[in-house]
Amino acid sequence: MATPGDQTNTQDALTVAELEDRLDEMLDAVLSIRRSTTAAATALARLARPDQDYACHWVEVIAKTNPELAFHFASHVTAALTRMRSEDREAWIIEAMDTYDRLGLYPAVAILADAESFAAARDGQARTATLETTAPMLELFLQALSGRRLKIAPGERIYTDTTTLFLPARLAILPTREANRMLYKIMATHLWAQGWFGTFRKDPLSLRSEWERYAEPERAARLFYALETIRLDACLERELPGLYRELRTLRADAPPQWADAGRRLAQKDASVEDTQRAVAALYEGPLPQAQIYQGILDLDAVAQAMNERIEQERAALRNALGKLAREHAGMAPQERQFTVSNDPGPEGTVQLMLDGQPLVTPPDVQNLMKSIVQDLGDIPDEYLVAAGDGGYAPDGEKRADDVWKGTYHEDGAFLYNEWDHRREHYRKDWCVLREVEVHPVHDGFVADTLRKYAGLSARLRKTFEALRGENAVQKRQKNGDDIDFDALVDALADLKCGRELNDRLFLRSRRTARNIAVMFMVDMSGSTKGWINDAERESLLLLSEALEILGDRYAIYGFSGTTRKRCELYRIKEFTEPYGDPVRARISGIRPQDYTRMGVAIRHLCRLLNGVDARTKLLITLSDGKPDDYDGYRGEYGIEDTRQALLEAKRGGIHAFCITIDHDARDYLPHMYGPANYVLIDDVRKLPLKISDIYRHLTS
Amino acid sequence: MKTRALQPESFLITQEPYYEAQGEEISLFENAYRNLIPVLLKGPTGCGKTRFMEHMAWRLKRPLITVSCHDDLTASDLVGRYLITADQTVWMDGPLAQAVRCGGICYLDEVVEARKDTTVVIHPLADDRRLLPIEKTGEVLAAPAEFGLAISYNPGYQSVLKDLKQSTRQRFVALEFHYPSPELEQKIVDHESGVGAERAAKLVRFAAMTRNLKGSGLEEGASTRLLVHAAKLMVSGVSAPYACQSAVAQALTDDAEMIAAINELSRSLF
Repeated sequence: MATPGDQTNTQDALTVAELEDRLDEMLDAVLSIRRSTTAAATALARLARPDQDYACHWVEVIAKTNPELAFHFASHVTAALTRMRSEDREAWIIEAMDTYDRLGLYPAVAILADAESFAAARDGQARTATLETTAPMLELFLQALSGRRLKIAPGERIYTDTTTLFLPARLAILPTREANRMLYKIMATHLWAQGWFGTFRKDPLSLRSEWERYAEPERAARLFYALETIRLDACLERELPGLYRELRTLRADAPPQWADAGRRLAQKDASVEDTQRAVAALYEGPLPQAQIYQGILDLDAVAQAMNERIEQERAALRNALGKLAREHAGMAPQERQFTVSNDPGPEGTVQLMLDGQPLVTPPDVQNLMKSIVQDLGDIPDEYLVAAGDGGYAPDGEKRADDVWKGTYHEDGAFLYNEWDHRREHYRKDWCVLREVEVHPVHDGFVADTLRKYAGLSARLRKTFEALRGENAVQKRQKNGDDIDFDALVDALADLKCGRELNDRLFLRSRRTARNIAVMFMVDMSGSTKGWINDAERESLLLLSEALEILGDRYAIYGFSGTTRKRCELYRIKEFTEPYGDPVRARISGIRPQDYTRMGVAIRHLCRLLNGVDARTKLLITLSDGKPDDYDGYRGEYGIEDTRQALLEAKRGGIHAFCITIDHDARDYLPHMYGPANYVLIDDVRKLPLKISDIYRHLTS
Repeated sequence: MKTRALQPESFLITQEPYYEAQGEEISLFENAYRNLIPVLLKGPTGCGKTRFMEHMAWRLKRPLITVSCHDDLTASDLVGRYLITADQTVWMDGPLAQAVRCGGICYLDEVVEARKDTTVVIHPLADDRRLLPIEKTGEVLAAPAEFGLAISYNPGYQSVLKDLKQSTRQRFVALEFHYPSPELEQKIVDHESGVGAERAAKLVRFAAMTRNLKGSGLEEGASTRLLVHAAKLMVSGVSAPYACQSAVAQALTDDAEMIAAINELSRSLF
């Protein structure tokens, strides 16, 4: 067996036996009598030494994630390394690992096994447009076009259920990337047009029952879609002539027999019924190829999405009307008569009337009504019955707190990437974070603390008052509120001596405003139980009292969680919330929870901080130890991810600072926060005393 | 000591400023003016608040003195201050004092931008006392019946720190402005630029699209003013998508993705 010394001395390729030894060591967990690394080693032995080392390095890295995956990697790596350019190799590995993270072992193995098609795709990538990079622009584009907000998601097939548009994850049909991006735009607009120009209006399933009357329903369906596309294209030509010009370059001409029907469908008042009639007329004729931007019509998906939405929107509208009625008069809402103007405007806008009087509708209600009109063509009368006081209907939205009550879901949660230092890449959407409420506790804690630290509190008040932005009078200004008599006397004396008159003769008062936003991130992990938790709460209370004097904007969040799927941030005080009894009760209610996954908490709080307009932004962490979570988020991994999150914060202009009571903090905090950005408090009882001091130093 | 002031005649508007009424704001303003009640104009930027004031000043035949408020605007910037000449000090009226003296209309644009202590000087003027005390000269100016006060603010974009105090806002009659209806906006854009009805209609449609993006990365949609800019560029021969890009997309935001989306919109429309 080769010793490490041998390896560095000789850069000769490793032999099959040497490679087998190394692989066996790394993949021990998944090997058996029937499954050995001989084949992989034999293949690898044909490579040059740097490639062999590269392969072994990644086998080792992947084995830490999943040894099974690493075994498959070892079996396929030789073929891949021979086939791919060096810059594509890493992309291939990361793609497989991301897939493993997202979908599990088998899809990831499939990617490893099919290195050839990955390589081919990479070759074509110069012209490939990806949905990932195009979707953010497309979503804005569609939202601006009008209609309800549509989501964009990657899908195997191109279709819409009227809530989400499914588009291929990548497009490489056209010769350039720019053209493929344009194709994305046209596909998305085409799907949008189906919803907006009423392809599915009223009852989508009735379309199918029409088709089933023909001998070949499948043919009727395809014919319908082709003709409907003609109608939609004509709508787009009227609404978006610029886009239509681009679309025309992609469109294949319709057969000449379709000219009459095409003219009818291109008319402004043509509807989906006209398309059905055209199907009947042209059923016997030719059926051309589908247009390049066409997808499929998935009527079941549409029907399901519409039914869900219609139910939800009816309840939501009735609730909104109940609220409106109550706002407008004290009368019981059931006695009020809501009506709508009969003719929806061009944008689907409807005028809502209460007892015959036009009513100013809030934008959310207006959007709701537009969405209903888009589905149904108008607003049915039964929708216009205001819900009474007890008429609360659940809005169907899952709340963040419900997550562990029933089935797991990720609605209402924030997804964040996490840095894997071994891969030197992010794991995409790895952490699922939710903001949750702290249960307020009204006990004697607040009064006790304020009494206990009455002296300190008064002292803090004084020192903080001194920090407050004050009126400073600037002398000898060119402009100002008042005359600076000292300057004037000097100037007149100058003048009498024949010198030039100085024009800086005014006093000007200027308030040096503090423009600071501070986020306090408090460790609520289980290890803070006991006196650390008490000290944290006392510190936060005293600090909040003092900060009120200063007028700085601040927010307080606690963080904890178990595993990446359940990261939690406890809202104690938001930036906009005034400090008062509810906040005090929540500070009092801070209780130790679970683990310490710091990276995701930092990322979310920085996102909140970035939403605040302030010249100086501070993120102050109160912690009792290293990042630590149940699913491998410890040691180097946790520290590196936290460091990465802090680097991201720094790039966003946020200053991070850590206050810790961990005696070993010197080993890792300088690496995470930088040498000057942390402070270690050896006695937790001094925390309340220290923290205000530290804050003062940091911000003045 | 002598008093210096600008000539009020120079603030008189002689030509009728073009204004299309959105509703009954003209008669409401006239009635408020006659009843000596100050007016608060609310609405997004570029929807015609300042133009409305010019129009009203012309209609009422009073000089219009406009102050654009900024965050360093002090009370003496409004009321006045002493200036020094070779051997004496001279009192110089600020725009507010000038307007009171000459019975003009004083319009404080974007009033929340001014420092909080500054807005307080208008309080005695804005209630039934109608007085402007000038502390430094010991004068108390009583406003004549012709004096009018109007302030404007945009409730949409200001931060929580810059809200109008209740004690200030409860002295005013409030007029709310929105972007004009599509037909009206088309007429305005066409009239101001001469771009022609068809292209004006497309611009208005374009503006409505950007307004759909408010809250999704845009603080405000395209204002009527921006449309007029784009239209004027188009009349001078700039191509429509390029005019929209420079006059609207780039003016609205710096966010690359948002600019790309807005550019796609204008390309799709023209």
